[in-house]
Amino acid sequence: MSLLERPSVTQRPRSGAVPPRRVRRRRGPDPLDRRRAPDHRGVRSLLVALLMACATLVTLDHQGGDHSPLEPVRTVLGEAFGPVETGTAMLVRQVTSVPDWFRSQDGLRRDVEGLEAENAALREQIATTDFDRNRLAEYDGLTAAAERAGYALVPSRVVAIGPAQTFSRTVTIDAGSRAGISPDMTVVNNDGLVGRVLRVTRTTATVLLVLDGDSVVGGRIGASLEAGFLRGRGVLGDDGRLDLELVDDTVVPAEDDVVLTWGSQDGAPYVAGIPIGRVTQVFSSLRETSTRAVIEPFVDFSSLDLVGVVVPSGSSSDRAVIEADGSIR
Amino acid sequence: MTWLRAAVAAAFVVVALVLQVSLFPHLAWQGIVPNLCLLVVVGTALTRGPQFAMTLGFVAGALLDLAPPADHVAGRWALALLLVGYVAGRVRQDVRPTAVAVVLTVAATSFLGTSVFALSGLVLGDLEASVPGLLQVIGVGVVWDVLLTPFVLPLVMRTFARLEPAAATA
Repeated sequence: MSLLERPSVTQRPRSGAVPPRRVRRRRGPDPLDRRRAPDHRGVRSLLVALLMACATLVTLDHQGGDHSPLEPVRTVLGEAFGPVETGTAMLVRQVTSVPDWFRSQDGLRRDVEGLEAENAALREQIATTDFDRNRLAEYDGLTAAAERAGYALVPSRVVAIGPAQTFSRTVTIDAGSRAGISPDMTVVNNDGLVGRVLRVTRTTATVLLVLDGDSVVGGRIGASLEAGFLRGRGVLGDDGRLDLELVDDTVVPAEDDVVLTWGSQDGAPYVAGIPIGRVTQVFSSLRETSTRAVIEPFVDFSSLDLVGVVVPSGSSSDRAVIEADGSIR
Repeated sequence: MTWLRAAVAAAFVVVALVLQVSLFPHLAWQGIVPNLCLLVVVGTALTRGPQFAMTLGFVAGALLDLAPPADHVAGRWALALLLVGYVAGRVRQDVRPTAVAVVLTVAATSFLGTSVFALSGLVLGDLEASVPGLLQVIGVGVVWDVLLTPFVLPLVMRTFARLEPAAATA
């Protein structure tokens, strides 16, 4: 009995000593534990605080839409980052143009031969195809219309390109409100339609490319003048394509038909008659009773550099403006 | 020391952001560029722990969201890089991370960061894209980030280790 009791007596104080030992272990004599325990709590509260801040940002911007309270912040950051991006792009351009200096005369001669042959082939194509000649006449007419409407171009260069990881297709150009640019102006280059201006700072402007998934452009088929809407797919690079949905379901566009902008009222956001691209594929869906055409844009978006912003003729600018008749002011 | 650290971190982020939009598009594949801001956040997380990296991730993300040419709902990159800072900061702090550990952390957080950004876009209706397309962009992004790791991470980690040697080795 006494043998059995004795352990229970000796156990009692031991069991009584367990709670303080547990507490001691939680506070941690181990330096690693002592360093980590308060850290954990701090990290968690900071994580929650920052997550709340993110939620606030998203809510403010998402609900605000075009009049988001973050728009002024965007403008301020644009004013700050615009000149830095412009400067960096200028430096980068110096480096990317280095290979051109080392081109030998032989290389240039070969280039000239190649281009002459290509030129001859193109000339032949234009001369022999009635269809193409008609289309050319149509182009001329449309260009003349644009000339009569009196548009001028502000030349500008692309200084920053949004990464594909953001899944939106936007670029920054080095001309802003001082160059006479304002939101909803059309941006073109020598191949065709590039996009429209989203927002401007004094020295830069952000341009939404027609390839962006949010971009919708009113387009017209050059041959039949049928109207439709072009939507971007959000894919940049070599396989950047646009989808054309025609207003009239019964019309089936032919392959290689040229699509031009339809034009909006007062030329905002898109002026009329800018070539966009060429029809490459046509899909007819019986289920949706609509025709969808795939358009390959004329503009090579993967190597976008010199662009022009369409401004009303005679608007003031901080740089030389190309007038509709080709003169430089 | 805290202010100096914050200033250095901010300078890193600004340089990373400008290079990301102005230099790397010339080298991009299908418009996909390395996410230098993410690399800076991972570098600070591995030397300075989660608290500093989370704050820096939030700031860097907010800059990515608001500085031109960005045009999406603000707060999405902030959320993505904040989580990147948290996850990378959870990597063991008591030992100096090996090269393999650094590369694995970069790959995992790059996948996490771009995915969170894409998912937030899908949830908010800010993004219309197919899942295979998204996965391709995310995958190429991971490859880019891992390729750039040996050039960016040692610089960032050495700088922050030198700014506060005790915290880096503890």
